[in-house]
Amino acid sequence: MLNISGINEGFVLDHIQAGMSLQIYHDLKLDKLDCSVAIIKNARSSKMGKKDIIKVECPIEELDLDILGFIDHNITVNVIQGNRIVEKKDLTLPKQVKNVIKCKNPRCVTSIEQELDQIFMLTDEEKEVYRCKYCEEKYTNPNRRK
Amino acid sequence: MRHLMSPLDFSVDELEDLLNLAGDIEKNPQKYASACRGKKLATCFYEPSTRTRLSFEAAMLNLGGSVLGFASSDSSSASKGESISDTIRVVSCYADICAMRHPKEGAALVASQKSGIPVINAGDGGHQHPTQTLTDMMTIRSLKGSLGNITIGLCGDLKFGRTVHSLINAMIRYPNVKFVLISPEELKIPDYIREDVLRANSIEFEEVERLEDAMGQLDILYMTRVQRERFFNEEDYIRLKDYYVLTKKKMKLAKNDMLVLHPLPRVNEISVEVDDDPRAAYFRQVQYGVYVRMALILTLLEITV
Repeated sequence: MLNISGINEGFVLDHIQAGMSLQIYHDLKLDKLDCSVAIIKNARSSKMGKKDIIKVECPIEELDLDILGFIDHNITVNVIQGNRIVEKKDLTLPKQVKNVIKCKNPRCVTSIEQELDQIFMLTDEEKEVYRCKYCEEKYTNPNRRK
Repeated sequence: MRHLMSPLDFSVDELEDLLNLAGDIEKNPQKYASACRGKKLATCFYEPSTRTRLSFEAAMLNLGGSVLGFASSDSSSASKGESISDTIRVVSCYADICAMRHPKEGAALVASQKSGIPVINAGDGGHQHPTQTLTDMMTIRSLKGSLGNITIGLCGDLKFGRTVHSLINAMIRYPNVKFVLISPEELKIPDYIREDVLRANSIEFEEVERLEDAMGQLDILYMTRVQRERFFNEEDYIRLKDYYVLTKKKMKLAKNDMLVLHPLPRVNEISVEVDDDPRAAYFRQVQYGVYVRMALILTLLEITV
């Protein structure tokens, strides 16, 4: 097993679906943070077989939990202080997401109106369906776990 | 301040009030002739429309108000690249209420977010056309007596036809409404209407391809035009445009009190020989459209007579 040293203060995103860590790294804009980030791919998992893990050494406030919940609300978020897990945060599907995904409907007003936020609203929690606020184009999370 | 984006913006009770008001306007037009004196309606139409724009303008003029606006994006600042948000901010300084039609879906919603005056969605691409739905509902209620206990046949372009989607969404709120969906395979109702609206609400419906198979059971036959502007491929349009033509012969299969509705404009889907049939209600429907738009303008401007 590969060893990555622990972090003093920050958070660990655990139980990421194998192969998803780089997308999450970009979606959470972790590349913009001036702090240590460790990405562990294909770690062994008794629950999932294989999983990815991301360790970030910065305060949890820097993390947009709504975006993370939107990408995959089954990810475990462990908050670390003094090398110990002090809190586990539950992720939920956010009621709306702003400027995370773009509406693909060429007839949608978002394709022409300048500086209009791309907003998707949660319309079916069970099926994890989001719809564009403007044209109601459906978006189903491709990473949804069965 | 209230806007109208979708027919579902109004609750069943609010719709009842609106349709009652429209009914009173129909019976006593003189009572409302000066209700909007000094008020202005802006019709901001970014794509061509004859009847919707004229219907709104007639409605405001009938109420004693005045109208201003533009009838295509070429004659508006949109041709100079002005955003919808900026246009509505400007229009808010000129008028008291705005009816907006735009080819892009969600355009009226964008306008309502920045507007200082009530905005009525007068059609946003293939998305919503709430005042057509209100017109359809008023026609059904006025000529059938109620909005419940009816079988509605929807025929033609059920895929792109926004009036059809809006009408289904609005009518499922009434008891014992059944739908017969009549369309060719390529123009069937979208999945989200079938699954999320009809099945999710346990609404009785059936899908058929031949109009003749459905005629006998219908209380309302809602015909639609196959719209050229919704197709990316001209070949598909030409193949499907005359798939259904309602004729005198087919009308013989219908109940004596069935009503034929159509949002108009009609092209070939209803033969002109049907116009003289007392069951052809599509021109009466146009008149109801003016009454219901009058009621809507009064409601959104919060004017009571």
